Amino acid sequence: MFDISPTEWTAILLSLRVATVATLVATPLGIAVAWLLARREFWGKALLDAVVHLPLVLPPVVTGYLLLLTFGRRGMVGAWLADHLGLVFAFRWTGAALACGIMAFPLLVRPIRLSIEAVDRRLEQAAATLGAASWQVFLTVTLPLAWPGVLAGMVLGFAKAIGEFGATITFVSNIPGETQTISSAIYSLIQTPDGDPAALRLVVVSILIAMAALVGSEWFARRALKRLHGN
Amino acid sequence: MLRVDVSKQLGEFAIEASFASEGRVTGLFGASGAGKTSLINMIAGLLRPDRGIVAIDGETLDDAATGAHVPVRRRRIGYVFQDARLFPHLDVRRNLDYGRRMNGLTEDVALWKRVTDLLDIGDLLDRRPGKLSGGERQRVALGRALLSQPRLLLLDEPLGSLDEERKEEILPYLVRLRDEAGIPMVYVSHDASEMRQLATQIVMLQRGRVTAFGGVEVLPTAHITA
Repeated sequence: MFDISPTEWTAILLSLRVATVATLVATPLGIAVAWLLARREFWGKALLDAVVHLPLVLPPVVTGYLLLLTFGRRGMVGAWLADHLGLVFAFRWTGAALACGIMAFPLLVRPIRLSIEAVDRRLEQAAATLGAASWQVFLTVTLPLAWPGVLAGMVLGFAKAIGEFGATITFVSNIPGETQTISSAIYSLIQTPDGDPAALRLVVVSILIAMAALVGSEWFARRALKRLHGN
Repeated sequence: MLRVDVSKQLGEFAIEASFASEGRVTGLFGASGAGKTSLINMIAGLLRPDRGIVAIDGETLDDAATGAHVPVRRRRIGYVFQDARLFPHLDVRRNLDYGRRMNGLTEDVALWKRVTDLLDIGDLLDRRPGKLSGGERQRVALGRALLSQPRLLLLDEPLGSLDEERKEEILPYLVRLRDEAGIPMVYVSHDASEMRQLATQIVMLQRGRVTAFGGVEVLPTAHITA
């Protein structure tokens, strides 16, 4: 049963790569957005909040199709990126990472935002009286105290990214070795006669990855509490 | 010399305060709700006055008329908060060193030794704030403010959150600080006996207004606590 074939390995490794790249690229952006939502008042804040959460409530197929329209070869942004930076998303693993990153973004931002909101602003004031500029306050006080929340957000985002299916398959299709992740491989296998054992193997693998992510997230959440209480 | 002449509307509450002090320790005395904390927050730059001037040694920090406002971090005014506000994720050593690092100052071993000796905190350096007693926390907060090399030190009821016994433990350090550190201080309290022991000049504050100014003799004598 646990004889994982090369094709399955390819899908597993691709999933890990797509989810890792998506998480690593989305995290700095997620921290910036979380900080804006937690600490700043500005015009259009409600709109930004809504846009960030949109992938959570839209049907994934819709998100995938919107990505195809925008980042496809003939899409406005896609064509520009391809011409000027040589960066192609359509039907590439990079496109899968983009789709996964966008779908994971709301889940990544939420714990970061909550942990930044939990940082005592009076500590940030104290830092300012000691001569720290805003960016120094952020790097030396806010971010370290919110760090466990950042890690928790990354774990959740990673878990979401690795399981993403609808937006990915709509945007970049299901090409073995290029865009076929664990999810789309399972989808293909269960439509194939005799594909069940292989599908089951991948199901077990994704359960293991998801569990590891949940346990990790729980652990980080507990550390966050400890840290904020100064132990 | 510290010159404050400000007004500020905070909801229903209005502050209209004006005083100039040259004392080593200027005591801002008044009941809770008199506007003491809002007033020193304006000196620190955490709160901006609606009208008026805050100036120290001839340098204008706030002037509502011209819109001048020196940001908090550039004022070089140390602030010891009632609740200490030590950084929980840093040990005592790095809390103490924070101001120096943020201002890019070179390490001053002599100053470090003088401050840690003065406050008896040399043994606490490797501890996290979570493992300190209330009195130790306040001493570290004092040290942290002093080591940022301020030209004025604001102390907002630094004994306010301590019980009587701990207050008696910290007061001598504050007296030493006044006599040895050579940094002018603004000391906020509602406790007349604390004021008598520490302050050289008193600004009496009532409902946002200065009602008396002078030496410690302007303090009320009716409720002297031993």
